[in-house]
Amino acid sequence: MSDTAEFALSRRGVLAGSAASAVAAAAPAEAMPQRTPSGATPTMPVRLTVNGEKRELALDPRTTLLDALREHLHLTGTKKGCDHGQCGACTVIVEGRRINSCLSLALQHDGDAVTTIEGLGTPDKLHPMQAAFVKHDGYQCGYCTPGQICSAVAVLDEIKRDVPSHVQGDLTAKARFSNMELRERMSGNICRCGAYSNIAEAMADVAGERA
Amino acid sequence: MRSFTYERATDAVAAARAVAQRPGAKFLAGGTNLLDLMKLEIETPTHLVDVQDLGFDKIEKTGDGGLRIGALVTNTDLAADTRVRRDYGVLSRAILAGASGQLRNKASTAGNLLQRTRCPYFYDTNMACNKRKPGDGCAAIGGYSRQLGVIGVSSSCIATFPGDMAVAMRVLDAVIETVDAGGQRRSIPIADFHRLWGDHPEQDTSLRAGELITAVVLPKPLGGQHFYEKVRDRASYAYALVSVAAVIQRDGSGRVAFGGVAPKPWRVEEAEALLPQGAEAVTARAFHGATPTKDNAFKLPLATRALAAVLAQAGTPAQKKG
Repeated sequence: MSDTAEFALSRRGVLAGSAASAVAAAAPAEAMPQRTPSGATPTMPVRLTVNGEKRELALDPRTTLLDALREHLHLTGTKKGCDHGQCGACTVIVEGRRINSCLSLALQHDGDAVTTIEGLGTPDKLHPMQAAFVKHDGYQCGYCTPGQICSAVAVLDEIKRDVPSHVQGDLTAKARFSNMELRERMSGNICRCGAYSNIAEAMADVAGERA
Repeated sequence: MRSFTYERATDAVAAARAVAQRPGAKFLAGGTNLLDLMKLEIETPTHLVDVQDLGFDKIEKTGDGGLRIGALVTNTDLAADTRVRRDYGVLSRAILAGASGQLRNKASTAGNLLQRTRCPYFYDTNMACNKRKPGDGCAAIGGYSRQLGVIGVSSSCIATFPGDMAVAMRVLDAVIETVDAGGQRRSIPIADFHRLWGDHPEQDTSLRAGELITAVVLPKPLGGQHFYEKVRDRASYAYALVSVAAVIQRDGSGRVAFGGVAPKPWRVEEAEALLPQGAEAVTARAFHGATPTKDNAFKLPLATRALAAVLAQAGTPAQKKG
């Protein structure tokens, strides 16, 4: 596993990059932003603690946290679905809070602790939520599952920390676990196979064990 | 995404200066809206000034019994604050009705106010859009406009402000505090913060170049019952077709603002004076002069019914009479 893997450009990125270097070649050097000889944007250093391990990267500023995890740290458990914060497949836990890693620059997270699906459990020692997803068949194709599990773990923590929700009747009462609550709180994670009811059962199982 | 340079600011005035001095520079807070738009190359900043280290992440009491919310307080933390839940329920309700848990964990208070429209023609870079490209025309006018504005719109743009939080803040008469590159501070009442599009739909707010939001101040609590009724296509994680933020007092008086209908949270003080007469009287006045399209004319009766639902929950005198 290498921290210095080349930033994997999309076809669109390659085209945009080539156009920019063509302009750079034709224009006076001082008028253009500083570029490395290869034509890439200069990289910036980023330090992350990922799943308990300190990692140092040098990244194009455009690199999202999601791409840093997948393309540079090769932690491909976290998935890229829509890449626009709509599907939740990229959900990871940063400094104890679940976020869409596709809508954050890696640079915004310099110094942060990140937990991905690879950090929750291992094949030999599953996180209780992972075990519950297996037990209750909380997936079909599995693509959204790492995001669902990271989100589900964070949702139970949010209820414990008394973060309120839209479906809560009395805002001044303490947040409580219920089927309605978890459906509302998990609405940022889409499952196109429609495994929702089994995901709900897995979460209820884990919440019950904790209660 | 176009390339850009990045810095982390350590001082608010220096951050404002960094943005004011560089054409194409922008502030970066949570980034949940800006990065989305940068990926689509609707926003193409050449330099980002990340303001996360400026310390604007606290909610503090003000001298006159209100709250000062730091610009970088996350939507989750603001909605979960016990004082906000107790005294400004409409605000917690509005925030919790918007986005997803993941987005609320990252999105900031200032960024929420600055989120750009969700007009599909603004998002589709193959379509004409005066907001995206001044002078380009508006493909939404005469296009499919079900989600778009019914009042306060112009012949150059019929987009809406898409947020929920700001609608509640409008009812609460929040004040937005800023600092500029010269260190000058300014307090902008939320009524004057979002602009009507007019001939310049590219300009969403009354902020000047490089002016940085530092906080949002809530005046002392209003009491009363707090409501945020949001009508949308899904039960969760969807933008409002129509929303109603309301604070209703025991005598049936109160305040009300509408979301999803205009370029800004839509509150008409003369209309809310009619609250004791019921929903229809209020919306008839609040939406006087509305210019809906055939696709979104439903928003007018929907606003009346959403407000009627709020008044029914409040059990106000007008509702009991009816």
